[in-house]
Amino acid sequence: MQNQAIQVKGLQKSYKELHVLKGVDFEVEKGCIFALLGSNGAGKTTIIKILTTLLKQDSGTATVTGFDVATEPVNVRQAISLTGQFAAVDDILTGRENLIMIARLRHLENPRQVAEDLLDRFGLTDAADRAVSTYSGGMRRRLDIAMSLVGKPQLIFLDEPTTGLDPEARLEVWKTVKELADNGTTVFLTTQYLDEAEQLADRIAILHEGKIIANGTLADLKKLFPPAKVEYVEKQPSLEDIFLAIVGKKEVKVQ
Amino acid sequence: MNTHYFSDMSVMLGRSMRHIFRSMDTIITVTITPIAMMLLFVYVLGGAIQTGTDNYVNYLLPGILLMAIASGIAYTSYRLFMDMQRGIFERFHSMPIARSAPLWGHVLTSLVSNAISVLVIILVALLMGFRSSAGVLSWLAVTGILALFTLALTWIAVIAGLSATSVDGAGAFAYPLIFLPFISSAFVPTESMPSVVRAFAENQPVTSIVEAIRALLSGQPVGNNIWIALAWCVGIMLVAYVFAMRAYKKRM
Repeated sequence: MQNQAIQVKGLQKSYKELHVLKGVDFEVEKGCIFALLGSNGAGKTTIIKILTTLLKQDSGTATVTGFDVATEPVNVRQAISLTGQFAAVDDILTGRENLIMIARLRHLENPRQVAEDLLDRFGLTDAADRAVSTYSGGMRRRLDIAMSLVGKPQLIFLDEPTTGLDPEARLEVWKTVKELADNGTTVFLTTQYLDEAEQLADRIAILHEGKIIANGTLADLKKLFPPAKVEYVEKQPSLEDIFLAIVGKKEVKVQ
Repeated sequence: MNTHYFSDMSVMLGRSMRHIFRSMDTIITVTITPIAMMLLFVYVLGGAIQTGTDNYVNYLLPGILLMAIASGIAYTSYRLFMDMQRGIFERFHSMPIARSAPLWGHVLTSLVSNAISVLVIILVALLMGFRSSAGVLSWLAVTGILALFTLALTWIAVIAGLSATSVDGAGAFAYPLIFLPFISSAFVPTESMPSVVRAFAENQPVTSIVEAIRALLSGQPVGNNIWIALAWCVGIMLVAYVFAMRAYKKRM
């Protein structure tokens, strides 16, 4: 079998006059965390929508887990899972019901057990039988990601997973993503936060004005800059460090 | 891949039922205005309205039911709009399930929630003295017409829900539909209206539907009205369905 989870060649997409993708090429290896970096409106979500079969490209090809997204969407959908930009959870249902619903739609053997396991894994057992409308932003995002893991997809798409989250919830999501990759799931994530890509990703691609302008490991990308100069700077704690130190009830470390 | 179509549909329906039963306030909102209208017309205005029937509740009920359905489908539109906004539709569509299952889930929800509203209003009407001599077959026919009417309006609601750009817009299309029974034979016989209004009233869908249901409930011969009513319902439903599906494909 091939080693590529995603192969994209010459992908183009326009919305009326707006030429969003102007020939995008990249590949994502199985089992790695791939971060697509770009500013707002760069076309990150458009790429995700094409790769998850929600949108058709104008030209170019994209294969996901070996299947063409345009001609074999059903096979693609079997293998992937999408966590969109806004937590795609049902507010009126409880956390447990949300998970059971997805497990049923994925036609799994024992939906209740699947839900139970994921609730446990994501620390949502206590809130399991509460309506999701009562959840905090971080809890919603955790449930959202848990719903994406139902049925153990090989490849999971996370579209700006930490946008709008407080620092603590952000660290929780990072931890979850790392664990996913440790278990062999391929993770494709988009972000506009540089530190997020730096923390999480094995490979980083930068999307700018409709094209990938840089693609490689963090070390590769660092080589694009002139060699580092040594300077002595007093390390001031960032506001994030201070916030986390004061709040500090949960110690979520991301290596 | 459609081997799971019915199990997918039942999951969607299950989700919808939970939505309905956990937000009973929507049923109350939908039924309260028609019930208030019914009270107003029967106990305040009804005495002065000459319908040629001795029981005004009997005369009024069919139109009130149509009003309730017209306001009920505003929620169908609203629910659909919210699903699209919140991204849960994208999640469904990126999963290996039938493409139209989420949409049909909303349509079934609309049928069930409107059926509940209609039942509530009929119960109130019974308390207000509504009586019917209709047999089982006639009641079945009434149920069928109301279900078709609900479906026809539901597909209009789907178009609105799919193409709206704001929550308010998603529900606004329902207002003219709620108002339509007033310019029909639902509240007063059309004979008393000025000729232009009368021509409109007698040839718009609500009148034939109201007349057909009224005849069925009072055990009168239904005549042509039932066929005109059915033609309107099926016609509106088919046209709205085609446009709704087109809008759906465009959005997905």
